[in-house]
Amino acid sequence: MTGEIGQLALTLAFALSVIAAISGLAGARLNGERARAVATSSSIGMFVLIALAYAALTYAFVTSDFSVLDVAQNSHTAKPLIYKITGVWGNHEGSMLLWVLVLAIYSAIIAFAQRGSARLTSAALGVQGLLASAFLLFILFTSNPFLRLDPPPFEGAGLNPLLQDPGLAIHPPMLYAGYVGLSAAFAYAAAALIAGEANAAWARAARPFMLLAWIALTAGITLGSWWAYYELGWGGFWFWDPVENAALMPWLIATALLHSALATERTGAFRSWTLLLAILGFSLSLIGTFLVRSGVLSSVHAFASDPTRGVFILMMLVAAIGGALALFAWRAPQLQSGAAFEPVSKETALLLNNVLLTAAAATVFLGTLYPLLLDTVTGTKISVGPPYFAITFAPIFVVLIFLVPFGPRLGWRNGDLKAASRALAPALGIAAVAGLSLLAIVSPRSLAAAGAFALAGWVIAASVIDLTRRGRVRSLPASAYASALAHAGLGITLLGVTGTTVWRSEAIDVLAPGQTMPIAGYTLRLENVQPIQGPNYQAARAIVTVLRDGRTVTTMMPEKRAYPAEGQVVSDTAIHTTGFSDLYLALGDQQGNGWTLRAYVSPLAPFIWFGGAFMAFGGIAGLWGRLRARRNLAVPQAVLAK
Amino acid sequence: MKPILLALLLMAVMTGAAIAAQPGALSDPKLEARAVTLQKELRCLVCQGESLDESNAPLAADLRHLIRVRIAVGDTNEEVERYLVARYGDFILMKPPLEPQTYLLWFGPFAVLLLGGTIVGTVVFRARKKLKAEKA
Repeated sequence: MTGEIGQLALTLAFALSVIAAISGLAGARLNGERARAVATSSSIGMFVLIALAYAALTYAFVTSDFSVLDVAQNSHTAKPLIYKITGVWGNHEGSMLLWVLVLAIYSAIIAFAQRGSARLTSAALGVQGLLASAFLLFILFTSNPFLRLDPPPFEGAGLNPLLQDPGLAIHPPMLYAGYVGLSAAFAYAAAALIAGEANAAWARAARPFMLLAWIALTAGITLGSWWAYYELGWGGFWFWDPVENAALMPWLIATALLHSALATERTGAFRSWTLLLAILGFSLSLIGTFLVRSGVLSSVHAFASDPTRGVFILMMLVAAIGGALALFAWRAPQLQSGAAFEPVSKETALLLNNVLLTAAAATVFLGTLYPLLLDTVTGTKISVGPPYFAITFAPIFVVLIFLVPFGPRLGWRNGDLKAASRALAPALGIAAVAGLSLLAIVSPRSLAAAGAFALAGWVIAASVIDLTRRGRVRSLPASAYASALAHAGLGITLLGVTGTTVWRSEAIDVLAPGQTMPIAGYTLRLENVQPIQGPNYQAARAIVTVLRDGRTVTTMMPEKRAYPAEGQVVSDTAIHTTGFSDLYLALGDQQGNGWTLRAYVSPLAPFIWFGGAFMAFGGIAGLWGRLRARRNLAVPQAVLAK
Repeated sequence: MKPILLALLLMAVMTGAAIAAQPGALSDPKLEARAVTLQKELRCLVCQGESLDESNAPLAADLRHLIRVRIAVGDTNEEVERYLVARYGDFILMKPPLEPQTYLLWFGPFAVLLLGGTIVGTVVFRARKKLKAEKA
């Protein structure tokens, strides 16, 4: 029964999305009040129906209703409840449903918040409706999660054990909130072009959505990287895998957008560029969805053998991106840039930020798509791995981080470089001390690491200076905290990346119970390996005592888990962290009466994710300040109206 | 061809016999370090985006072993790479070679930077002119 309710809700949601699209766009005309009202209510109705469909699918997963094909293929009765709920988005159909659910949530927020003029909101709802209708069509025709199976099997096929993990349970919704959240910025940008209101107001109306999407994307990428670190068992935190790159590209453009929109709101500068970035950001989200969901990544040939889904998404991609860019080309030339500023000013700093971030995004784009392109056109297979990005992406980011501290210290229109340099001089001192002391103390000596530490010291110290220089810390505006936190986060992540890359130690050995192995000052003693019965797996659990200078530090228990339902073996790592350094253990195969034990010591590894958290909190501070400022503004206006 | 293969096989067995505790490691730490560097720069052919260093696949284990065999025979790092590229193609290199068909890949980012820099220069120049006009 639930399957039919879900199916019906989805079909009705599609009808409402079409109504929202038509009425929303019609409402962008001058006397479209009725159409606007319809756009608002149909957008909210669409959200309610999609939420209902999503609830129906969740119910089918929780009750293990194997007459639903999607549940039978991706769930199992023995799976813990939490993974039945999160398993909904652990497969193609369910994750696409989550995708449109997030889109509909943003539609509903736009409809309720009514930021910006009535015409702008209406057109934005129309664009959201168009996007929703395309994706609902995609789900109904190529990825229907409610297809039935007759007769239903007694047991389901289970969920990939790698996905049965709390970190991955929250990672996809977070990432989607960011990924799909960029649709709101896209919708507002297109709406501004349609309604002929491409002024500073649209950027102000769309800013909370940009911030919300950026925060979620930052948190989602950070969580994903953390998950890869502890779950994949190799101690790596970023693999330049196409799936990761698919999330990184929109993040880079969204970061550029946040900065460029700052100028547009404030002085009306770079209007068309900000619009273009809003369009590009969501376009990259769509491209990412295509890459991940079409199967084109695993192999160009796998894609060609069952191209329905891929071709459908590709068509949507071309229509959405092409349509938006055509709209931009048609309307944007009418926008007078009107920017007037000195070469030394916040505007120039923001422009440089944008060029560097866009170039970084272009690099990731090339590195991700070039192998596919080359394979399709010439049949030549190449790999683009970490060494490519180390040569191209890293230098761009080094320049970017070096320039970051100047931005907040330069004034609009006319900045004072001398005053900025004077204010930043202590940061330069701290950077020099950080770099030089590293060279003197830490071995192995690494010039690159010293440079990276100096750079991190520079950007972190500059953030602190920025907070203290602007006056009393308590009376600071939220935006000051926002930029200081986010910029410092960049430096903290840089410290973590440098620490793990340069000073990571590895050790692999086969240990019988009672035997020891050394790693980076620690001694690891394998006590024994016990069989463990989990809810839906059998595991071998190693008890490892960690000693330092003869004293016991801790006991760690890495596991190797076999999931019979899925027929897979995964390693469940054990991590002992001091906050500054991680000791990381992964259990390998049994060899004779011994077990292979892999150990890593990654100095500063936790900083990678601390930095991500700092950036996300910076975004939250910005969002909070924005919403509060609006309330403060709203009150006097209401009073005035009376 | 056959005698070479046989010699290689023999080498493989011998290096295999020379292993310390780590399965397949070369006894000379300098040579082993070279092997580790190489296996980080080469790709596991059957995995998605993993290097030979990270992969659990049997083929990756074979190739890790092959790298050590070549190093034991006296190959330089470049010779080992050339040996593997001749058999498996450029696909095995994590860092794609610079050749005409990868020019766009390698120079693209710098072209974007150059283009962006030029645009910024023009915008800033115009903005300054406008500011002067406003002041005058």
